Amino acid sequence: MKFGVIVFPGSNCDHDAYHVISKHVGQPVDFIWHRDTDLSSYDAVIIPGGFSYGDYLRAGALARFSPVMNSVKAFAASGNLVLGICNGFQILCEAGLLPGALIRNRDLHFVCDHVSVRVENIDTPFTHELKAGSVLQMPIAHAEGNYVCDDATFAELQGQGRIIFRYCDRNGETTDAANPNGSRDNIAGICNRERNVLGLMPHPERACEDLLGSSDGREVFRSLAGTLAAAA
Amino acid sequence: MKAKVYVTLKPSVLDPQGKAIKHSVQLLGFDSVSDIRQGKYFEIAMNGSVTEETARDEATRLAHDVLSNPIIEDFRVEIEE
Repeated sequence: MKFGVIVFPGSNCDHDAYHVISKHVGQPVDFIWHRDTDLSSYDAVIIPGGFSYGDYLRAGALARFSPVMNSVKAFAASGNLVLGICNGFQILCEAGLLPGALIRNRDLHFVCDHVSVRVENIDTPFTHELKAGSVLQMPIAHAEGNYVCDDATFAELQGQGRIIFRYCDRNGETTDAANPNGSRDNIAGICNRERNVLGLMPHPERACEDLLGSSDGREVFRSLAGTLAAAA
Repeated sequence: MKAKVYVTLKPSVLDPQGKAIKHSVQLLGFDSVSDIRQGKYFEIAMNGSVTEETARDEATRLAHDVLSNPIIEDFRVEIEE
């Protein structure tokens, strides 16, 4: 099983993702420059956090025109796994691979904090090793993480169990006070209809070592690797 | 020829930046201001040889595909000689 981490100009969590795959998942991983278009040797692709193209125009808006994104669309359409973290989530929304959009945080600030996130659905290739309803500690670092979508999309996300992570307090309550950015219904992460594309604002790759304050993010990558191992 | 594109958040989408600006403006005593929405403005220079119709079509496509995100934003195109 081989992982690819896409690198745009301005990506800055690419090395974190690479480190987690090579050290904690123990699998081969490559950086994929955004001008490359051949994803045929990969089983899963991670779109990392950062500020692709300086977040110019809108966060993620220009990255979606990079040559690699057409390949990512085809890769996802063939059922392969795509994980977008933070800026990666924004790019997946802009590219139309996930519904809705991420706009400026409710309180305008760039929020850099450790938050609690509740696991809403474990029936995905990215979360099956987690416990439904469990609360993970993960860092967030974004100014545009306020998830918005229209009522029809929201009903669909909810009805199909595609809201995968929600911001919550330490006890797992999804209160307004625990919502760091104003996201609709405390949404922190969603997946597509086919469940092979997941986007989330929190950083599981920065929560894989106790030294960094939490290792809860490891289970996300273990789930991913487990899915690929089962399919092999 | 020049195309002007105005991109604005849809009325249903919260505009925290506009709200913050409105708050400051009202503190300054502009009592007649009831709301402010922040948007984006683009000036696009077109080749001199294109017709107004082509310029409008191209600018509209550009505004839809790149300059705006139709999920959260509306846009308006104006063409200037």
